[in-house]
This record gives sequence, C-alpha cells and structure tokens, in this order.
Amino acid sequence: MSKILIVAETLSGELHPTTAKAVACAQAIGGDIHVAVFGSGDQGPAQAAAEIEGVTEVLYVQHDENNAARAATLAPQVVALAAEGYSHLLAANTTTGKDLMPRVAALLGVPQVTDIMAVHGPRDFDRPIYAGNAITRVQAPGDFVLVGTVRTASFGAAGGGNSAAVSDKAVDAELPSHTRLVEQKTGGGDRPDLQTASRVVSGGRALGSSENFDIIFKLADALGAGAGASRAAVDAGYVPNDMQVGQTGKIIAPDLYIACGISGAIQHLAGIKDAGTIVAINNDENAPIFEIADLGLVGDLFEVVPQLTEKLG
Amino acid sequence: MKVLVPIKRAVDYNVRVRVKNDGSGVELNGVKMSVNPFDEIANEEALRLKEKGVVTEVVVATIGVAKAEDQLRSELARGADRAIHVVADQDIQPLQAARILKKLVEDEGIDLVLMGKQAIDDDANQTGQMLATLLGWPQATFASKVEIEGQTARVDREIDAGIETLEVDLPAVITADLRLNEPRFIKLPDIMKAKRKPLDKRELGDFDIDVPTLEVTETRPPSGREPGRMVKDVDELIATLKDKGLV
Ligand SMILES: Cc1cc2nc3c(=O)[nH]c(=O)nc-3n(C[C@H](O)[C@H](O)[C@H](O)COP(=O)(O)OP(=O)(O)OC[C@H]3O[C@@H](n4cnc5c(N)ncnc54)[C@H](O)[C@@H]3O)c2cc1C
Repeated sequence: MSKILIVAETLSGELHPTTAKAVACAQAIGGDIHVAVFGSGDQGPAQAAAEIEGVTEVLYVQHDENNAARAATLAPQVVALAAEGYSHLLAANTTTGKDLMPRVAALLGVPQVTDIMAVHGPRDFDRPIYAGNAITRVQAPGDFVLVGTVRTASFGAAGGGNSAAVSDKAVDAELPSHTRLVEQKTGGGDRPDLQTASRVVSGGRALGSSENFDIIFKLADALGAGAGASRAAVDAGYVPNDMQVGQTGKIIAPDLYIACGISGAIQHLAGIKDAGTIVAINNDENAPIFEIADLGLVGDLFEVVPQLTEKLG
Repeated sequence: MKVLVPIKRAVDYNVRVRVKNDGSGVELNGVKMSVNPFDEIANEEALRLKEKGVVTEVVVATIGVAKAEDQLRSELARGADRAIHVVADQDIQPLQAARILKKLVEDEGIDLVLMGKQAIDDDANQTGQMLATLLGWPQATFASKVEIEGQTARVDREIDAGIETLEVDLPAVITADLRLNEPRFIKLPDIMKAKRKPLDKRELGDFDIDVPTLEVTETRPPSGREPGRMVKDVDELIATLKDKGLV
C-alpha cells in the first residue's frame, strides 16, 4: 500500500487551499495520507490540515528557519521525513511546489512527475505538455520514491470535517545559509484566490490602463469572483503579476470564466481549458477566444462589462 | 564572472502542435523549431550583465540533436561568446540534463547559471532547481529582476502571491521568467559573425546519466470542449448563465 506525504503550503501563517487539492490527488492514488506542515510558530496551519478529509496524520515541523519558507531550507527537511518509508512525496503545482519539489527529487536522485492531472495507478499518471495541447501518460518503473506535483485545476479540494492526529516532528537536517528572504510583496486583497475561486473575471490588453481595469474588478465583485488578467495586461503594468492566467501564470478551473478583451492566445487558453463555462466578450468576431468559448458576445467591453455589472449587482 | 546559459531547441511558441495518430508523441516533422523563449530571456540577461561589466564570458550550451546547432548559433548571434553542444539523439529527462550541466559547470569553472524556468515543450520546470541542488548551490527561480553585487545576487521572483525578493550567495542558479527582460533582436551581420564563434561538440557518452527515469507510454490530444454559441446581447448572456445556475 502507498504511504503518501503531502508537503503543505502556507501563506501568511495560514494553510493554503491548494493543499486540499493535493490531498484529493493522494486519495486517487490511495493509501495512508500524511501531511507535513513546516512552520516557526503555533500549530495553526497543522490543525487546519488535520481537518482535511482523507488525511490520517499531520506532522508539524517547527524550525526557526521555517518562518521564511525557501526551497533551499525546506528540501532537506522534506528529505529527512522521506526516510520514514514514504512511497510518494507530493505538493501542489504552485510556484512554491514548483520551486521545492525538484530540489527534493534531486537530493533523492529520482525524477519528478510535474503537474499530475489524472491518476491511473500509484505510479501511472497523466500530465500535460505543450501548454496542455497534448497529454502524456507517464509511468515510473521501479520502486524509487515517487516525487510529484499536483495540477490544482484537475482536482477538486478534498472535503473537511476530519480530525487527524497532529504530532510535533523534529527533523535532523543541515540547513544551508546561502539563501535569504528579503521581502514578500503580496497583492492579497479580499477577492477569492484564483486557483480555488468558482468564478473568475479576467481582462486583457484591451482595458488600456490600470484605471480602466476597475470595470473588471467591479464585475468580479458583483459576482463574488476572483480577478485575473492576460499576460499582455500584466506586462503593460495595468495589474500585478499574481493575476496572470495562462501557461506561465495560473492554471485555473473555475465553474465560470469571463474573458474580457482577451484575444485567446494558446498560452492564455492553457490556463483556462478546465473551466466549466467560458464566456468571451470581444469586439472582434474573429478573435480566437470565440473558438473555445461556450458563450460569446461580440461587443465593446467598455459598454458590455458595466451593463453586466449593473444587471447582476 | 563566467556565466553558463543552457538552452533548449523546442517547437516555436507560435506553432499549434499536433499529436501523432499512433499516440507516440507530437508531430515534429516540418514543424518550425526555435530556442525555448525563456532561454532567450536568460541569455539576454547574461549579455546585459556582461555589458554592465559584471560578467566576463557568456557560454551557451545545449543538449540535443545535431540540428540544435542552429539554436546555439542564434544565441551566439545574440551575443554569447562561445557554445558547447552535447550531441544527444535520445530524449533527455530533467534529472539527466541536470547531471550533464553539472559536469559542464565544473569543467568550465562557471560562477553563475542563467536559464529558462521551463521549456515550453515538456513544461517540466525542474532542470534549474535540480542543477542547483546537485551542485549544492542556491537557486532563485522565476526571476523578474536580477541584481548582482559582489558575491551575492538579489533576485525578484514572480510567485503566485505576488513578488518575493531573495538574496542568494554566488555561485547560484537563476531561472528566468517572462518579465525579466525583452530579448534584443538578432541582426543579420551578427548571424554571419556567429558562424566564426567557437562551438565545441561533446559526446553524450562522456557523461554519467544513469539515473531512474520516467517512461512516457502514450501521448494524446486533450479532450475537446463542447462547441459554444454566440449570444446577441447582455440580457441573453445573463439569461443563459442563470439557466445554467452560474449566476
Ligand atoms: C512563452 C510564452 C508564455 C506566455 N504565457 C502567457 C500566459 O501565461 N498568459 C497569457 O495570457 N499570455 C501568455 N503569453 C502571451 C500570449 O501569447 C499573448 O500575447 C497574450 O495572451 C495576449 O494578451 P491579450 O489577449 O490581452 O492581448 P491581445 O492579443 O492584444 O488581445 C486583445 C483583444 O482585445 C480585443 N479588444 C480590443 N478592444 C476591445 C474592446 N473595446 N472591447 C472588447 N474587446 C476588445 C481585441 O479584439 C483582441 O482580441 C505567453 C507568451 C509566450 C511566448
């Protein structure tokens, strides 16, 4: 039977909702599911992890260095835990997971399965390549530790209501001093997190300025939605990078996605392929976004979006 | 300071790839190949550091088929000083690539590795992190700004929650995100000049890549979406969304 260790992610001292998605992938693999939470303060996020359905044990690793999570200092701690007979080490495929897990894999001398989107067996998965324009089935022959990251757009979050045991865990690992966190500037805000939001409204280059982007935020707020953007809108400085959706931004799967003034480049579409219903608003009837949209409206977004906000508000 | 810029030959980012009918992979025959866009950005950053006087030499390297020499030549034309081509006909996985690059770093006495954060073919996003680990070096992935001062690099990283600034001791591996810079265009005379720049060939057999690997057993197109439809105005859009229970 598999014994799976999930590396939890925390943000500002709280458990990140993508951790429950990694647990859902572990449930599809089947086996004993442990979650490792790394922190420097109280057990708060570990207690939150214990509530996730399917988790059998939470390991809380307290270390002063864990007040500023970095791949270089986390990886040796994960590897120390891995020695306790785990068959799988998984994390969500967030920027934290992408940074950390290859470091863990390299310390163990094993390959990594990035972006697991479906599970056929404990060592047999689907993962996307070419920005999701092809899907490969990959197997891991042998019995080495399976290191992987979980595509959050492919798994619904595991439920809550559990109360797994939480134990303090001391790890014996030498942590390097070559990497220091200077600061983090997080957008934060009150809007739902893009990777777990059920509705998302995004704006593209057509918005033209950060002031104009306000109409996107207003529609998002009327819907209780997260707010996203194309790369062009981020590059132009209208909105911060954490709003970028696509191959190199966030890959998301809301029930409803509304793309306003976004042309539909393959790199953008890579981020929304798993959305439930895609709505496109664009004044060019030939825009490629209409090929993938479930509902398309040809029109000027500066008229259509405020109308939508008013009628939905 | 000597910089290594590993690059990869990949399907051009404008090409819509097609999966082969027999499920053995994607069609590469007759498809335009280019330098992975993130690697162009990494090379550009190395060149800017050289122009600032921080870096003395920029070495580009690739692991790949004979034709990957074309991609090395374009990065030489962009401004790199010389190139190393590890000729490989087989697929090289990230951990294997990291082992090959580690040896190049040691053989060449490299002080800084600048590379793309991911290749847009397999989208693995692993090689830089693995290389840093094998070397026992720090890493700064997804860089949108790099400043080198003495023996440290200060790097802004694009993370899901915003921007993070890390300070790492050199030597280090830094992986480039899209907003790090906009690569300069390659000029025709530079393409001619690049033909005379040194390009060393190395054999795959010189490297130990005996590690566990993954096996790709099938490649298929993604499941398509249901065809959509157009609505005539905002009212029809809202009515349809209400019908579906989405608003
Ligand atoms: C390696 C790589 C990775 C990339 N990763 C990403 C990524 O993660 N995410 C991403 O988004 N892009 C990514 N890109 C960029 C991508 O190729 C496109 O350039 C980008 O998505 C275009 O953004 P856009 O649709 O906002 O702009 P445009 O393509 O300029 O489209 C603007 C659209 O707005 C419409 N429009 C204009 N005015 C109005 C109006 N008044 N009302 C309604 N519609 C209007 C136009 O008809 C047009 O369709 C990547 C590119 C590369 C090379």
